[in-house]
Amino acid sequence: MNRRFLRQALPFLTLAVVLAATFYVQPRTMSYFGLNLMLQYAVPIALATIAQMFIITVNDLDLSIGPFVGLVSCVGATLLFENPALGVLVLLVLIAAYGAIGALIHLRNLPSIVVTLGLSFVWLGIAVMILPSPGGKAPDWLKALMTVQTPWVPFPIIAAIVIGVAVHLALMLSSYGVIARGAGGNPKALTRAGWSMLRTKVVMYMLAGLFGVLSGLALLGLTTSGDAHVADRYTLYSIAGVILGGGEFIGGRVSPLGAVVGALTLALAGSFLIFLKISPDWQIGAQGAILIIVLALRALVSYGEQKR
Amino acid sequence: MPQHAIRLDGVEKSFGAVRALAGVDLVVAAGECLGLVGHNGAGKSTLMHVLSGNLTPSAGMLSIAGVPHSGSWTAAAAQAQGVRCVFQELSLCPNLTVAENVRIVHRSLKGFGWKPRARALISAKLDEIFPDHGIGPDDEIADLAIGQRQMAEIARAFTVTEGALRLVILDEPTSSLDAVTAQQLLAYVKKETARGTAIILISHLLGEILSTTDRIVVMKDGKTVADRKAAEFTRNSLVSAMGSEAREHTRGAAKNATGEVMVSAQPRSGGTASLQARRGEIIGLTGLAGHGQTRMLLQIYERRQAEVKGALAFIAGDRQSDGVFNLWSIGRNITTRSLAALRKGGFIDLGAEEKLAEAWKQRMAIRTPDVDNNILTLSGGNQQKALFARALASDAAIILMDDPMRGVDIGTKQEVYAMIRAEAEKGRTFIWYTTEIEELTHCDRAYVFRDGAIVASLGADELTEERVLQASFAEHAA
Repeated sequence: MNRRFLRQALPFLTLAVVLAATFYVQPRTMSYFGLNLMLQYAVPIALATIAQMFIITVNDLDLSIGPFVGLVSCVGATLLFENPALGVLVLLVLIAAYGAIGALIHLRNLPSIVVTLGLSFVWLGIAVMILPSPGGKAPDWLKALMTVQTPWVPFPIIAAIVIGVAVHLALMLSSYGVIARGAGGNPKALTRAGWSMLRTKVVMYMLAGLFGVLSGLALLGLTTSGDAHVADRYTLYSIAGVILGGGEFIGGRVSPLGAVVGALTLALAGSFLIFLKISPDWQIGAQGAILIIVLALRALVSYGEQKR
Repeated sequence: MPQHAIRLDGVEKSFGAVRALAGVDLVVAAGECLGLVGHNGAGKSTLMHVLSGNLTPSAGMLSIAGVPHSGSWTAAAAQAQGVRCVFQELSLCPNLTVAENVRIVHRSLKGFGWKPRARALISAKLDEIFPDHGIGPDDEIADLAIGQRQMAEIARAFTVTEGALRLVILDEPTSSLDAVTAQQLLAYVKKETARGTAIILISHLLGEILSTTDRIVVMKDGKTVADRKAAEFTRNSLVSAMGSEAREHTRGAAKNATGEVMVSAQPRSGGTASLQARRGEIIGLTGLAGHGQTRMLLQIYERRQAEVKGALAFIAGDRQSDGVFNLWSIGRNITTRSLAALRKGGFIDLGAEEKLAEAWKQRMAIRTPDVDNNILTLSGGNQQKALFARALASDAAIILMDDPMRGVDIGTKQEVYAMIRAEAEKGRTFIWYTTEIEELTHCDRAYVFRDGAIVASLGADELTEERVLQASFAEHAA
């Protein structure tokens, strides 16, 4: 079999294995209600993973996405609830801020890891200032959207498919998506062909900001109240999701469908470990073990490819 | 006068104090194939980058079909005007497919159905230039062999969507092609010029240049020194146009070749000829840049398929990436190769380290008040002296130098040359890759590299620029 195909299929196989294992351990999850409950938190994780993927596409890394999602949830539970116009404006400013950070990183040739690590504290600080302790209220339309009962197929699955397919169309099939991925593959070639690397980076960072905002709102719709620390784990989840989904840290090799599947896998793995009655203290370690196994499998596939 | 495709008037380009282009006048007529030759550092690549809009000239005029473009000439403008460039290092995105890479140079390939159009465009051009190429439009570049990548990039440069193709610059286009595909390309070049496209061909294969081009321009020291019809050149007249008057030899009589053989190695990258260096010899490695000289040095340093007697030290040419430790002091930078000898009871003897650094600061005349200052407080030339001190202070009997004089001022060079000479008299062996032919006058013998193999071994009395150029430029692809 074609190894490239095998590598692309690996995220889907991983999801299938984790899903099968969950069904085996807890057969009652094999229902509309069970899937809905297990996967609903996968939606904000998938959105954050897509945000991270845009940054990874241009060979950078965003260590601030978790606190950023937390900040959005605080803005949503306070400003957006009390004064929708002001709330929307603030969210737009946050997206613009992401674009400005992309420009700064490109123009000053700064390491994105350092800049975004610093920013993660800035986002957290602003969030705590807006909402010192967990509270506030989610707008009703958000709550309604996130708990909508779709017929036959649970909403989280539909949402995941819509997100994955939409981003796949934009990044993998559109003509501008080629430029964005090319910027990760060979920036010099792109500049020589007359494309602006600055513009490309700003666009990708703003897309990341947009998906960060969507992730924060989706999360708020589920939790119904804001909390600055609600998404602290998202930074690592999002990076792990991109990599689980077949993406690579450098070289513009990413897969939106894979990233969404990676996010679903991570969310499911959490439930699976709970069903196994593994103490929460061990869960992060167990999730890490899953990640290592998948990456080892991928390395094995790639190794065979090189040997060929 | 026939219409010109592109015209340069007095174009200059300086990088700091280095003048890469010193006033170039060049006219390429529509439908003309122009050959561009010159030795390392003659200014060919700078000229190419100016033409393709990737470098803005410091002075001079550039006009396209009679319209001046001096200030606003950017890569995007070049694309729009139909000026394309096939660079020596590939400009394809390895993570994209062949068709997607075509999209990158064609802004008009967008909207619904862009991909089938891109596929058809590149497939047709590949079929036209390289029949039996075996490249699919949906193959990812990373999966293609190096020759296929080059074919894809060349074909991409000749694809046309909107706007006419005016000028294509091919920089060593046949370097990764086999003889058959190289011939296919050269045949296509003639066909394309017949359609009115101008082509600039840069190659170290003089046979290729002489047989394909209409006119040949020779560059030297950032200027064009000869500009004649190709038919008026022969291989020999071309080589002598690239070189200069014979230089006076500063070396004395050639050493008697009886010393102990210290290094003996055959390049892994090709050929059957091998290199030998005896005790006390200074051996030069020359030829065009990137033809296997650095690989040879590394092969000796790593002692892979090389017989080496004695300890080695390596002096890097690219100071910033391979040479200095940016955060360390000058003294630490000098002594790092000798730490094993400075040990006392498992710890570094700080007093001895200080003494060694101070001694070599004096001997190399490194201009600093204190060796404890950071290495970056030194000028480039003095940093390079510190790297020489690092190698010479060590116990190494054989010293490998990877074009170490890059960007070093002439005064420092003279001091270092004298130092190398003195150390060689004491019995040290130097293997010295240099891109400057003048530096070969300090060598006892030199090996000329081409395509990874040693193609000539020249003794001190034969070390003329002309001989080196003769050997560096081959007649035809192997």
